[in-house]
Amino acid sequence: MKTITPSEAESQLCERLFQVTRRVDPNVTALTGLCRLSGGANQETWSFTAQSPAGETPMILRRTMASGKPATSPEPAAMSTMALEACLLGHAASAGVAVPQVQTVLEPDDGIGDGFLMNFVAGETLGGRIVRDTAFTGARKVLAYQCGQALAAIHQIPVAPLPDLPVLTAIETIDGYLAQHRASGTLRPVFELAFQWLGNNLPSPPEQNVLVHGDFRNGNLIVGGKGLRAVLDWELAHLGDPMEDLGWLCVNSWRFGRTDLPVGGFGHRKDLIAGYEAGGGSVDIARVRFWEVLGCLKWGIMCQGMASAPPDGKPRRVERAAIGRRSSETEIDLLNLLAPCEGDK
Amino acid sequence: MMQSSPSAIELLESVTAFLRNDAIPKLSGREAFDARVAANVLDIVERELRLAPKTDAAERDSLTRLPGIREDTFEVMNRQLCEKLASGQYGFDTPGLIDHLWMITLNRLSIDQPGYSSYHAAIHNRSQP
Repeated sequence: MKTITPSEAESQLCERLFQVTRRVDPNVTALTGLCRLSGGANQETWSFTAQSPAGETPMILRRTMASGKPATSPEPAAMSTMALEACLLGHAASAGVAVPQVQTVLEPDDGIGDGFLMNFVAGETLGGRIVRDTAFTGARKVLAYQCGQALAAIHQIPVAPLPDLPVLTAIETIDGYLAQHRASGTLRPVFELAFQWLGNNLPSPPEQNVLVHGDFRNGNLIVGGKGLRAVLDWELAHLGDPMEDLGWLCVNSWRFGRTDLPVGGFGHRKDLIAGYEAGGGSVDIARVRFWEVLGCLKWGIMCQGMASAPPDGKPRRVERAAIGRRSSETEIDLLNLLAPCEGDK
Repeated sequence: MMQSSPSAIELLESVTAFLRNDAIPKLSGREAFDARVAANVLDIVERELRLAPKTDAAERDSLTRLPGIREDTFEVMNRQLCEKLASGQYGFDTPGLIDHLWMITLNRLSIDQPGYSSYHAAIHNRSQP
Protein backbone atom coordinates (compact mmCIF):
# COMPACT_ATOMS: atom_id res chain seq x y z
CA MET A 1 0.00 0.00 0.00
CA LYS A 2 1.29 3.40 -0.94
CA THR A 3 1.48 5.80 1.98
CA ILE A 4 0.86 9.42 1.15
CA THR A 5 3.27 12.09 2.30
CA PRO A 6 2.11 14.96 4.51
CA SER A 7 2.30 17.42 1.62
CA GLU A 8 0.21 15.12 -0.60
CA ALA A 9 -2.33 14.78 2.20
CA GLU A 10 -2.40 18.54 2.55
CA SER A 11 -2.97 19.20 -1.14
CA GLN A 12 -5.72 16.56 -1.12
CA LEU A 13 -7.31 18.30 1.86
CA CYS A 14 -7.03 21.66 0.10
CA GLU A 15 -8.71 20.24 -3.02
CA ARG A 16 -11.65 18.80 -1.11
CA LEU A 17 -11.93 21.77 1.20
CA PHE A 18 -12.27 23.98 -1.88
CA GLN A 19 -15.41 22.06 -2.87
CA VAL A 20 -16.84 22.45 0.64
CA THR A 21 -16.08 26.17 0.62
CA ARG A 22 -17.90 26.55 -2.69
CA ARG A 23 -20.98 25.14 -0.99
CA VAL A 24 -20.81 28.12 1.39
CA ASP A 25 -20.02 30.62 -1.35
CA PRO A 26 -20.24 29.49 -5.01
CA ASN A 27 -18.14 32.50 -6.03
CA VAL A 28 -14.99 31.17 -4.34
CA THR A 29 -12.30 30.68 -6.97
CA ALA A 30 -9.39 29.35 -4.91
CA LEU A 31 -8.12 28.53 -1.44
CA THR A 32 -4.80 29.87 -0.24
CA GLY A 33 -2.62 29.69 2.85
CA LEU A 34 -3.92 26.39 4.23
CA CYS A 35 -2.12 25.98 7.52
CA ARG A 36 -2.60 23.74 10.53
CA LEU A 37 -2.94 25.67 13.77
CA SER A 38 -2.06 24.24 17.14
CA GLY A 39 -4.70 21.80 18.16
CA GLY A 40 -5.45 18.85 20.36
CA ALA A 41 -4.40 15.29 19.67
CA ASN A 42 -7.86 14.33 18.40
CA GLN A 43 -9.10 17.55 16.88
CA GLU A 44 -7.39 19.50 14.15
CA THR A 45 -7.82 23.19 13.46
CA TRP A 46 -6.79 24.62 10.07
CA SER A 47 -6.85 28.16 8.82
CA PHE A 48 -7.12 29.17 5.16
CA THR A 49 -8.30 32.01 2.98
CA ALA A 50 -11.12 31.72 0.46
CA GLN A 51 -10.47 33.86 -2.63
CA SER A 52 -13.40 35.24 -4.57
CA PRO A 53 -14.01 38.23 -6.86
CA ALA A 54 -15.47 40.00 -3.83
CA GLY A 55 -12.21 39.63 -1.92
CA GLU A 56 -10.48 37.41 0.61
CA THR A 57 -12.31 35.63 3.43
CA PRO A 58 -10.22 34.03 6.19
CA MET A 59 -11.84 30.82 7.45
CA ILE A 60 -11.28 28.02 9.92
CA LEU A 61 -11.76 24.26 9.55
CA ARG A 62 -12.31 22.22 12.70
CA ARG A 63 -12.19 18.51 12.06
CA THR A 64 -11.37 15.13 13.44
CA MET A 65 -10.37 12.18 11.29
CA ALA A 66 -12.95 9.65 12.42
CA SER A 67 -10.93 6.45 12.39
CA GLY A 68 -13.24 4.11 14.24
CA LYS A 69 -11.44 4.62 17.52
CA PRO A 70 -13.41 3.47 20.53
CA ALA A 71 -15.14 6.34 22.30
CA THR A 72 -13.45 7.29 25.54
CA SER A 73 -16.57 8.68 27.14
CA PRO A 74 -19.72 6.71 27.90
CA GLU A 75 -21.97 9.28 26.21
CA PRO A 76 -24.39 8.06 23.59
CA ALA A 77 -23.03 8.62 20.10
CA ALA A 78 -26.26 10.11 18.81
CA MET A 79 -24.32 12.92 17.18
CA SER A 80 -20.63 13.09 16.37
CA THR A 81 -18.52 15.29 18.65
CA MET A 82 -17.90 17.78 15.88
CA ALA A 83 -21.51 17.99 14.75
CA LEU A 84 -22.45 18.49 18.38
CA GLU A 85 -19.92 21.29 18.74
CA ALA A 86 -21.25 22.98 15.60
CA CYS A 87 -24.77 22.71 16.94
CA LEU A 88 -23.81 24.16 20.33
CA LEU A 89 -22.01 27.06 18.63
CA GLY A 90 -25.30 27.87 16.91
CA HIS A 91 -27.21 27.83 20.20
CA ALA A 92 -24.53 29.92 21.91
CA ALA A 93 -24.61 32.50 19.11
CA SER A 94 -28.41 32.79 19.41
CA ALA A 95 -28.00 33.38 23.16
CA GLY A 96 -25.65 36.28 22.48
CA VAL A 97 -22.43 34.49 23.47
CA ALA A 98 -19.42 35.60 21.41
CA VAL A 99 -18.52 32.56 19.28
CA PRO A 100 -17.26 31.93 15.75
CA GLN A 101 -20.07 31.53 13.25
CA VAL A 102 -20.50 28.03 11.79
CA GLN A 103 -20.61 28.18 7.99
CA THR A 104 -21.26 24.57 7.08
CA VAL A 105 -20.93 21.11 8.63
CA LEU A 106 -18.85 18.49 6.78
CA GLU A 107 -20.72 15.61 5.18
CA PRO A 108 -19.36 12.07 4.76
CA ASP A 109 -19.10 12.59 0.98
CA ASP A 110 -16.78 15.56 1.54
CA GLY A 111 -14.12 12.99 2.41
CA ILE A 112 -12.20 15.11 4.91
CA GLY A 113 -13.48 13.66 8.15
CA ASP A 114 -15.95 14.94 10.67
CA GLY A 115 -16.05 18.67 11.31
CA PHE A 116 -17.24 22.08 10.19
CA LEU A 117 -16.16 25.39 8.71
CA MET A 118 -16.41 28.57 10.72
CA ASN A 119 -15.48 32.19 10.23
CA PHE A 120 -12.08 33.38 11.41
CA VAL A 121 -12.14 35.56 14.51
CA ALA A 122 -9.07 37.77 14.85
CA GLY A 123 -7.36 37.90 18.23
CA GLU A 124 -5.07 36.06 20.60
CA THR A 125 -5.63 32.63 22.13
CA LEU A 126 -2.24 32.04 23.75
CA GLY A 127 -2.76 32.38 27.49
CA GLY A 128 0.77 33.57 28.22
CA ARG A 129 0.39 36.51 25.83
CA ILE A 130 -3.08 37.38 27.11
CA VAL A 131 -1.81 37.68 30.69
CA ARG A 132 1.43 39.55 29.84
CA ASP A 133 1.42 41.46 26.53
CA THR A 134 0.90 45.21 26.77
CA ALA A 135 -1.47 44.89 23.78
CA PHE A 136 -3.98 43.37 26.21
CA THR A 137 -3.60 45.79 29.14
CA GLY A 138 -7.02 47.24 28.44
CA ALA A 139 -8.54 43.84 27.73
CA ARG A 140 -7.34 42.47 31.08
CA LYS A 141 -9.30 45.19 32.91
CA VAL A 142 -12.62 43.95 31.51
CA LEU A 143 -12.00 40.30 30.67
CA ALA A 144 -13.00 38.69 33.99
CA TYR A 145 -16.27 40.65 33.95
CA GLN A 146 -16.91 39.68 30.31
CA CYS A 147 -16.18 36.01 31.12
CA GLY A 148 -18.76 36.22 33.91
CA GLN A 149 -21.32 37.66 31.49
CA ALA A 150 -20.56 35.02 28.86
CA LEU A 151 -20.84 32.18 31.37
CA ALA A 152 -24.16 33.52 32.69
CA ALA A 153 -25.47 33.61 29.12
CA ILE A 154 -24.26 30.04 28.43
CA HIS A 155 -25.84 28.75 31.64
CA GLN A 156 -29.17 30.32 30.71
CA ILE A 157 -29.42 28.67 27.30
CA PRO A 158 -32.63 26.61 27.38
CA VAL A 159 -31.66 22.97 27.73
CA ALA A 160 -34.71 21.33 26.12
CA PRO A 161 -33.89 22.24 22.49
CA LEU A 162 -30.24 21.15 22.86
CA PRO A 163 -29.01 17.86 21.39
CA ASP A 164 -28.47 14.94 23.78
CA LEU A 165 -25.74 15.83 26.24
CA PRO A 166 -24.44 13.75 29.13
CA VAL A 167 -25.26 14.89 32.66
CA LEU A 168 -22.05 15.05 34.68
CA THR A 169 -22.49 15.27 38.43
CA ALA A 170 -19.73 16.11 40.88
CA ILE A 171 -19.68 12.59 42.26
CA GLU A 172 -19.48 10.97 38.83
CA THR A 173 -16.67 13.30 37.88
CA ILE A 174 -14.77 12.40 41.06
CA ASP A 175 -15.38 8.67 40.59
CA GLY A 176 -14.21 8.82 36.98
CA TYR A 177 -10.96 10.55 37.85
CA LEU A 178 -10.39 8.33 40.88
CA ALA A 179 -10.70 5.26 38.64
CA GLN A 180 -8.28 6.82 36.15
CA HIS A 181 -5.82 7.63 38.93
CA ARG A 182 -6.04 4.14 40.43
CA ALA A 183 -5.49 2.61 36.97
CA SER A 184 -2.30 4.66 36.55
CA GLY A 185 -0.87 2.99 39.66
CA THR A 186 1.03 6.14 40.67
CA LEU A 187 1.28 7.05 44.34
CA ARG A 188 0.43 10.67 45.02
CA PRO A 189 -0.50 11.39 48.62
CA VAL A 190 -1.61 14.96 47.81
CA PHE A 191 -4.14 13.62 45.30
CA GLU A 192 -5.43 11.25 47.99
CA LEU A 193 -5.90 14.19 50.35
CA ALA A 194 -7.77 16.07 47.62
CA PHE A 195 -10.05 13.09 46.88
CA GLN A 196 -10.79 12.84 50.61
CA TRP A 197 -11.60 16.57 50.85
CA LEU A 198 -13.82 16.44 47.77
CA GLY A 199 -15.72 13.44 49.14
CA ASN A 200 -16.28 15.24 52.44
CA ASN A 201 -17.29 18.51 50.81
CA LEU A 202 -19.63 17.36 48.04
CA PRO A 203 -22.14 20.07 47.21
CA SER A 204 -25.81 19.19 46.98
CA PRO A 205 -27.02 18.65 43.41
CA PRO A 206 -27.56 21.98 41.60
CA GLU A 207 -31.11 23.37 41.47
CA GLN A 208 -31.11 22.52 37.82
CA ASN A 209 -28.60 21.01 35.42
CA VAL A 210 -27.58 23.67 32.94
CA LEU A 211 -25.41 23.68 29.84
CA VAL A 212 -21.82 23.66 31.10
CA HIS A 213 -19.12 24.63 28.58
CA GLY A 214 -16.71 22.22 30.24
CA ASP A 215 -13.42 23.81 29.15
CA PHE A 216 -13.93 27.56 29.65
CA ARG A 217 -10.42 28.77 30.46
CA ASN A 218 -7.63 31.06 29.35
CA GLY A 219 -6.34 29.30 26.22
CA ASN A 220 -9.80 28.58 24.82
CA LEU A 221 -10.79 32.23 24.50
CA ILE A 222 -10.06 34.58 21.62
CA VAL A 223 -9.11 37.94 23.09
CA GLY A 224 -8.72 41.25 21.30
CA GLY A 225 -7.72 44.72 22.46
CA LYS A 226 -11.15 45.33 23.98
CA GLY A 227 -11.47 41.91 25.61
CA LEU A 228 -13.39 38.73 24.86
CA ARG A 229 -14.02 38.11 21.17
CA ALA A 230 -15.01 34.41 21.10
CA VAL A 231 -15.41 31.32 23.27
CA LEU A 232 -13.87 28.22 21.63
CA ASP A 233 -13.61 24.47 22.17
CA TRP A 234 -17.06 23.29 23.10
CA GLU A 235 -16.35 19.58 22.75
CA LEU A 236 -16.47 18.91 26.50
CA ALA A 237 -19.88 20.57 26.93
CA HIS A 238 -22.32 18.69 29.14
CA LEU A 239 -25.18 19.29 31.55
CA GLY A 240 -24.34 19.93 35.18
CA ASP A 241 -23.55 22.45 37.87
CA PRO A 242 -23.02 25.97 36.47
CA MET A 243 -20.38 26.66 39.13
CA GLU A 244 -18.16 24.04 37.47
CA ASP A 245 -17.28 26.50 34.68
CA LEU A 246 -16.42 29.30 37.14
CA GLY A 247 -14.21 26.99 39.20
CA TRP A 248 -12.35 25.65 36.13
CA LEU A 249 -11.64 29.19 34.89
CA CYS A 250 -9.90 29.93 38.22
CA VAL A 251 -7.61 26.86 38.28
CA ASN A 252 -4.04 28.09 38.73
CA SER A 253 -2.76 26.09 35.75
CA TRP A 254 -4.44 28.61 33.40
CA ARG A 255 -3.04 31.69 35.12
CA PHE A 256 0.22 31.43 33.18
CA GLY A 257 2.35 32.64 36.05
CA ARG A 258 -0.04 35.37 37.24
CA THR A 259 -1.02 33.45 40.38
CA ASP A 260 -2.17 36.71 41.97
CA LEU A 261 -4.96 37.08 39.40
CA PRO A 262 -7.21 34.10 40.07
CA VAL A 263 -9.45 34.47 37.02
CA GLY A 264 -7.35 33.12 34.16
CA GLY A 265 -4.30 35.13 35.23
CA PHE A 266 -6.04 38.30 34.00
CA GLY A 267 -8.67 39.25 36.57
CA HIS A 268 -10.19 39.17 40.02
CA ARG A 269 -12.95 36.95 41.33
CA LYS A 270 -15.11 39.95 42.25
CA ASP A 271 -15.18 41.06 38.61
CA LEU A 272 -16.05 37.55 37.40
CA ILE A 273 -18.88 37.43 39.94
CA ALA A 274 -20.09 40.93 39.05
CA GLY A 275 -20.22 40.01 35.36
CA TYR A 276 -22.01 36.75 36.12
CA GLU A 277 -24.60 38.56 38.23
CA ALA A 278 -25.02 41.33 35.67
CA GLY A 279 -25.76 38.54 33.18
CA GLY A 280 -28.54 37.26 35.42
CA GLY A 281 -26.71 34.46 37.22
CA SER A 282 -25.99 33.98 40.88
CA VAL A 283 -22.70 32.73 42.30
CA ASP A 284 -22.21 30.21 45.11
CA ILE A 285 -18.63 30.82 46.22
CA ALA A 286 -18.28 27.55 48.15
CA ARG A 287 -19.35 25.61 45.06
CA VAL A 288 -16.91 27.51 42.86
CA ARG A 289 -14.15 26.59 45.31
CA PHE A 290 -15.21 22.92 45.26
CA TRP A 291 -15.02 22.87 41.45
CA GLU A 292 -11.72 24.73 41.49
CA VAL A 293 -10.23 22.01 43.73
CA LEU A 294 -11.75 19.30 41.54
CA GLY A 295 -10.52 21.10 38.41
CA CYS A 296 -7.00 21.29 39.74
CA LEU A 297 -7.04 17.58 40.61
CA LYS A 298 -8.53 16.73 37.20
CA TRP A 299 -5.72 18.55 35.42
CA GLY A 300 -3.13 16.77 37.58
CA ILE A 301 -4.59 13.40 36.67
CA MET A 302 -4.85 14.38 33.00
CA CYS A 303 -1.14 15.31 32.97
CA GLN A 304 -0.35 11.97 34.51
CA GLY A 305 -2.58 10.22 31.98
CA MET A 306 -0.99 11.96 29.00
CA ALA A 307 2.37 10.67 30.19
CA SER A 308 1.24 7.06 30.54
CA ALA A 309 3.30 4.54 28.58
CA PRO A 310 2.06 3.78 25.04
CA PRO A 311 0.50 0.30 24.88
CA ASP A 312 2.80 -0.80 22.03
CA GLY A 313 5.85 -0.64 24.29
CA LYS A 314 7.43 2.18 22.30
CA PRO A 315 8.87 5.12 24.23
CA ARG A 316 6.63 8.07 25.06
CA ARG A 317 6.91 11.06 22.74
CA VAL A 318 9.01 13.67 24.47
CA GLU A 319 6.20 16.22 24.87
CA ARG A 320 3.99 13.65 26.55
CA ALA A 321 6.79 12.41 28.78
CA ALA A 322 7.50 15.97 29.90
CA ILE A 323 3.88 16.72 30.74
CA GLY A 324 3.91 13.88 33.29
CA ARG A 325 6.31 15.96 35.35
CA ARG A 326 3.80 18.80 35.40
CA SER A 327 1.34 17.04 37.64
CA SER A 328 3.44 18.15 40.60
CA GLU A 329 2.33 21.70 39.74
CA THR A 330 -1.21 20.73 40.60
CA GLU A 331 -0.04 19.17 43.87
CA ILE A 332 1.24 22.51 45.15
CA ASP A 333 -1.90 24.24 43.90
CA LEU A 334 -4.05 21.68 45.74
CA LEU A 335 -2.08 22.25 48.94
CA ASN A 336 -2.48 26.02 48.51
CA LEU A 337 -6.24 25.53 48.22
CA LEU A 338 -6.68 22.94 50.96
CA ALA A 339 -3.88 23.46 53.48
CA PRO A 340 -2.28 26.88 52.90
CA CYS A 341 0.87 27.57 54.90
CA GLU A 342 0.86 30.17 57.68
CA GLY A 343 1.15 33.54 56.03
CA ASP A 344 -0.13 32.34 52.64
CA LYS A 345 -3.16 33.98 51.06
CA MET B 1 31.85 4.29 44.73
CA MET B 2 34.29 5.11 41.98
CA GLN B 3 33.70 8.58 40.61
CA SER B 4 33.53 8.51 36.81
CA SER B 5 34.63 11.61 35.03
CA PRO B 6 32.84 13.49 33.59
CA SER B 7 30.01 12.79 36.03
CA ALA B 8 26.51 11.92 34.80
CA ILE B 9 25.43 15.46 35.61
CA GLU B 10 28.30 16.93 33.60
CA LEU B 11 27.49 14.65 30.65
CA LEU B 12 23.91 15.88 30.71
CA GLU B 13 25.02 19.49 30.88
CA SER B 14 27.10 18.99 27.72
CA VAL B 15 24.21 17.41 25.83
CA THR B 16 21.77 20.11 26.93
CA ALA B 17 24.21 22.86 25.90
CA PHE B 18 24.67 21.18 22.51
CA LEU B 19 20.91 21.02 22.00
CA ARG B 20 20.30 24.63 23.02
CA ASN B 21 23.34 26.29 21.45
CA ASP B 22 23.91 24.23 18.31
CA ALA B 23 21.04 21.95 17.33
CA ILE B 24 17.87 23.87 18.19
CA PRO B 25 18.80 27.06 16.27
CA LYS B 26 19.00 24.91 13.09
CA LEU B 27 15.59 23.30 13.62
CA SER B 28 12.14 24.67 12.94
CA GLY B 29 8.48 23.91 13.57
CA ARG B 30 7.56 20.73 15.35
CA GLU B 31 11.16 19.48 15.59
CA ALA B 32 12.36 22.71 17.20
CA PHE B 33 9.50 22.52 19.69
CA ASP B 34 10.22 18.88 20.56
CA ALA B 35 13.95 19.59 20.87
CA ARG B 36 13.29 22.46 23.30
CA VAL B 37 11.07 20.13 25.33
CA ALA B 38 13.84 17.51 25.20
CA ALA B 39 16.36 20.00 26.60
CA ASN B 40 13.93 20.83 29.40
CA VAL B 41 13.51 17.12 30.13
CA LEU B 42 17.29 16.75 30.44
CA ASP B 43 17.24 19.63 32.92
CA ILE B 44 14.74 17.65 35.02
CA VAL B 45 16.99 14.58 34.91
CA GLU B 46 19.99 16.67 35.88
CA ARG B 47 18.15 18.22 38.85
CA GLU B 48 16.91 14.81 39.91
CA LEU B 49 20.44 13.38 39.89
CA ARG B 50 21.65 16.33 41.91
CA LEU B 51 18.79 16.71 44.39
CA ALA B 52 17.07 13.33 44.78
CA PRO B 53 19.60 11.74 47.17
CA LYS B 54 18.89 14.50 49.68
CA THR B 55 15.15 14.85 49.07
CA ASP B 56 14.59 11.08 49.11
CA ALA B 57 16.38 10.78 52.44
CA ALA B 58 14.30 13.63 53.90
CA GLU B 59 11.06 12.10 52.59
CA ARG B 60 11.94 8.69 53.97
CA ASP B 61 12.83 10.14 57.34
CA SER B 62 9.59 12.13 57.48
CA LEU B 63 7.50 9.09 56.44
CA THR B 64 8.85 6.99 59.30
CA ARG B 65 7.76 9.68 61.75
CA LEU B 66 4.12 9.66 60.58
CA PRO B 67 1.93 7.75 63.04
CA GLY B 68 1.51 4.06 62.21
CA ILE B 69 3.73 3.88 59.10
CA ARG B 70 5.76 0.65 59.17
CA GLU B 71 9.35 1.04 58.08
CA ASP B 72 9.82 -0.59 54.69
CA THR B 73 10.94 0.34 51.20
CA PHE B 74 10.20 3.86 50.04
CA GLU B 75 7.41 2.68 47.76
CA VAL B 76 5.73 0.50 50.36
CA MET B 77 5.77 3.32 52.91
CA ASN B 78 4.26 5.71 50.38
CA ARG B 79 1.62 3.12 49.59
CA GLN B 80 0.76 2.88 53.28
CA LEU B 81 0.42 6.68 53.39
CA CYS B 82 -1.86 6.73 50.33
CA GLU B 83 -4.00 3.91 51.69
CA LYS B 84 -4.41 5.65 55.06
CA LEU B 85 -5.54 8.80 53.26
CA ALA B 86 -7.89 6.91 50.95
CA SER B 87 -9.50 5.03 53.85
CA GLY B 88 -9.93 8.20 55.89
CA GLN B 89 -7.64 6.91 58.65
CA TYR B 90 -5.43 9.93 57.93
CA GLY B 91 -6.87 13.40 57.49
CA PHE B 92 -6.06 17.09 57.80
CA ASP B 93 -5.58 16.72 61.58
CA THR B 94 -3.09 13.82 61.44
CA PRO B 95 0.04 15.06 63.27
CA GLY B 96 2.82 15.92 60.85
CA LEU B 97 0.84 15.01 57.75
CA ILE B 98 0.37 18.45 56.19
CA ASP B 99 4.00 19.38 56.87
CA HIS B 100 5.05 16.11 55.23
CA LEU B 101 2.91 16.81 52.15
CA TRP B 102 4.26 20.35 51.82
CA MET B 103 7.82 19.11 52.13
CA ILE B 104 7.52 16.37 49.50
CA THR B 105 5.63 18.69 47.16
CA LEU B 106 8.18 21.49 47.38
CA ASN B 107 10.98 18.96 46.95
CA ARG B 108 9.29 17.44 43.92
CA LEU B 109 8.81 20.86 42.33
CA SER B 110 12.46 21.75 42.97
CA ILE B 111 13.20 18.90 40.55
CA ASP B 112 10.20 18.91 38.18
CA GLN B 113 9.26 22.60 37.76
CA PRO B 114 11.33 25.04 39.82
CA GLY B 115 10.07 27.86 37.56
CA TYR B 116 6.42 27.32 38.51
CA SER B 117 4.76 30.45 39.93
CA SER B 118 3.20 28.72 42.96
CA TYR B 119 6.59 27.22 43.86
CA HIS B 120 8.23 30.64 43.75
CA ALA B 121 5.50 32.12 45.92
CA ALA B 122 5.77 29.31 48.49
CA ILE B 123 9.55 29.51 48.69
CA HIS B 124 9.34 33.29 49.02
CA ASN B 125 6.76 33.02 51.84
CA ARG B 126 8.86 30.44 53.65
CA SER B 127 11.97 32.56 53.56
CA GLN B 128 10.09 35.46 55.22
CA PRO B 129 10.67 35.67 58.99
